[in-house]
Amino acid sequence: MFGNLSDRLSDTFKNLRGKGRLSESDIDATLRDIRKALLEADVALEVVKDFVAAIRERALGDEVSKALNPAQQVVQIVNEELTKILGSENQKLRFAKNPPTVIMLAGLQGSGKTTLAGKLAKWLKDQNQTPILVAADLQRPNAVTQLQVLGEKVDVPVFAPEPGNGVGDPVQVAKKAIAHAKKSQFSVVIVDTAGRLGVDEEMMQQAIGIRDAVSPDEVLFVVDSMLGQDAVNVAKAFKDGVGVTGVVLTKLDGDSRGGAALSVANVTGAPILFSSTGEGLDAFEPFYPDRMASRILDMGDVISLIEQAQKSFDEVESKKLADKIANEEFTLQDFLEQMQQLRKMGNMKNLLGMLPGAGKMKQQLEDFDESEISRTEAIIRSMTPIERNTPRVLNGSRRLRIAKGSGTSVTEVNQLVNRFEQAAKVMKTMSKGGMPNIPGTNPVQMGGAVGGGYIGGKKKDKKKKGSKSGNPAKRAAENQGLSFVDKAEPKSGSAFGISN
Amino acid sequence: MILADFGIETAEEVTNQLKTQAAKAGATTDAELRLMLKDLLVERLSRNDSTLNLDDGKLPYVILVVGVNGAGKTTTIGKLARWLRDGDWEVVLGAADTFRAAAVEQLATWADRAGAKIVKPAKEGADPAAVAYQTVELAIQTDADIAIIDTAGRLQNKKDLMDELGKIRRAVEKQAKISEVLLVIDATNGQNAMSQAKAFAEVAEVTGIVMTKLDGTAKGGILYALQKELDLPIKLVGVGEQVNDFAFFSPEEFAKGLVAKK
Repeated sequence: MFGNLSDRLSDTFKNLRGKGRLSESDIDATLRDIRKALLEADVALEVVKDFVAAIRERALGDEVSKALNPAQQVVQIVNEELTKILGSENQKLRFAKNPPTVIMLAGLQGSGKTTLAGKLAKWLKDQNQTPILVAADLQRPNAVTQLQVLGEKVDVPVFAPEPGNGVGDPVQVAKKAIAHAKKSQFSVVIVDTAGRLGVDEEMMQQAIGIRDAVSPDEVLFVVDSMLGQDAVNVAKAFKDGVGVTGVVLTKLDGDSRGGAALSVANVTGAPILFSSTGEGLDAFEPFYPDRMASRILDMGDVISLIEQAQKSFDEVESKKLADKIANEEFTLQDFLEQMQQLRKMGNMKNLLGMLPGAGKMKQQLEDFDESEISRTEAIIRSMTPIERNTPRVLNGSRRLRIAKGSGTSVTEVNQLVNRFEQAAKVMKTMSKGGMPNIPGTNPVQMGGAVGGGYIGGKKKDKKKKGSKSGNPAKRAAENQGLSFVDKAEPKSGSAFGISN
Repeated sequence: MILADFGIETAEEVTNQLKTQAAKAGATTDAELRLMLKDLLVERLSRNDSTLNLDDGKLPYVILVVGVNGAGKTTTIGKLARWLRDGDWEVVLGAADTFRAAAVEQLATWADRAGAKIVKPAKEGADPAAVAYQTVELAIQTDADIAIIDTAGRLQNKKDLMDELGKIRRAVEKQAKISEVLLVIDATNGQNAMSQAKAFAEVAEVTGIVMTKLDGTAKGGILYALQKELDLPIKLVGVGEQVNDFAFFSPEEFAKGLVAKK
């Protein structure tokens, strides 16, 4: 189910659950893998170095998250930082206050400028703009013809006064195009230019000439997503040469990991505006930084799990729950809500399977019966509010009624009540600083205990409330001394030992 | 080495080899190590024959040119055609890129410059295999020496498009043997070039690699990994847009460029 990176990460971290803070060695181990992943994805070396250093700094200061293990947490930081560099939200194309808006395309040979010009024209036309294409690539054989064919296909006029194939001056063409667009009231002018290498001084001067002639609102740097280490040099050359206000990634329908996106975004500092994803003229869309980030990391599974876990485990809810547990008010009603929270995350078996390291629990996962949760829910739903909040009142006749109401047996109701009492105890223990190695309980068998991993993390909330010690064991002892009224069973007490 | 797109694994492997050799020879200075590295690369890159396979005497020789979008297939063909014409070979070009707008016209311009004949599709979007067939047919009829067939750029993960290459191959083989299948790779591409080469090698039975755009700042280190992994010779390199910006691959030159200081 996982790529190599995830497997490596889960290996690195199988012994590291339950730490109160990310340690330097945890982080370095994860970062080694991340570094490798980024390089394999063609992110440029210098960009990787800076990036990893920044991640390390941030990760060192970070406290352990509620819902994630350390490896996941580092991955998440990486993912967030990646997304930040790639552009934190969908960036929009800048339009001129007074039309026409002028967009100039620039890039290496074969990066996909001319095709992109056609796609962009179609996209703008679909948004009720009146674009015009300008054929200023007079270099490549029949680039002008290609643009004319594309223009015809998307029904957008093409301004092509020169035949190309080495004939004509692109700067003059660009100049005339603007005048023509103003006169004929086109709202957007798209200037296609010849491909050029970063080191080609003469061609770069020509690009600057075109730019100065049209004073574009956007200079879009068109980048082949398969670009390798050279991306940095190319991006620098274009940034320092013609200047770059936005980036377009092409050929994203290929199987490259697209690390060039990161290199280019980092070097130019310009937002990535669009991605081009296929041969068809509508295979063109706004750029999604988050998708690109997980593509580069190749950890889509882990990242979507992280997001799912975080989204579903609502912060407010969990805080409320933590308080309740701490105050020994945990009831069957809470038990039910908690189970529903977990269910929000989707099929439990899939969810657990997605976790790195879940392989070790395979047998337990196989045995896990989804319907057991449904039965548990049914039982609790058949209880009155009083019964849910004070399970003590559950006498024989109430239990029989509940069993009938939920279509289960009294034995099952009894089992649930017993399990609940056990779970409530364990949770209390954990909320005081222990870790969720639940004694005598199969962690998967009981909805509540599955949540234990997350609840266990809630130490942090607890700690903020007044613990002084960074050492979990000490902190637990502290809490025990302060407020632990119910005596923990000797067995659950052993959880403290594991926490350190 | 990572900077030159060697890829992590290859970079580590070569570095280790270099270390062993350096320890044996007692080389320590920067210059010595660079020289040693160069020799090491040249040795590996020279193992395959990098000349075009054009001498078994059965005319016409057919060359099929494949690669991803924008790698530089058409430009490479133009240059190759010109070079062959300069050597007084009769050349027929086949414009089997019937997909991209104006690809046919682009090749026609090159045919003009090179003085080669060209076979065009009846209409845009026509069957590329038919164009390939006609190209070989014309080559045979006119006693041409060489037929070069251009194909549409395709990303290696598009199965349908890759399968189409097989069809083109079969169409050609009805009349003649295919002498070379050249895979054109953009030197600025990174590790994805490996994925490209593997996929094309499998589907199109690639016999050699052409690396284009080496006139830029990209060093094309992936070539080394490619040759090592797939045992494919590098045959040609492209170094510019002019008709003469074209060379046969020289391991020596290439390795020098790779180990040179910035």
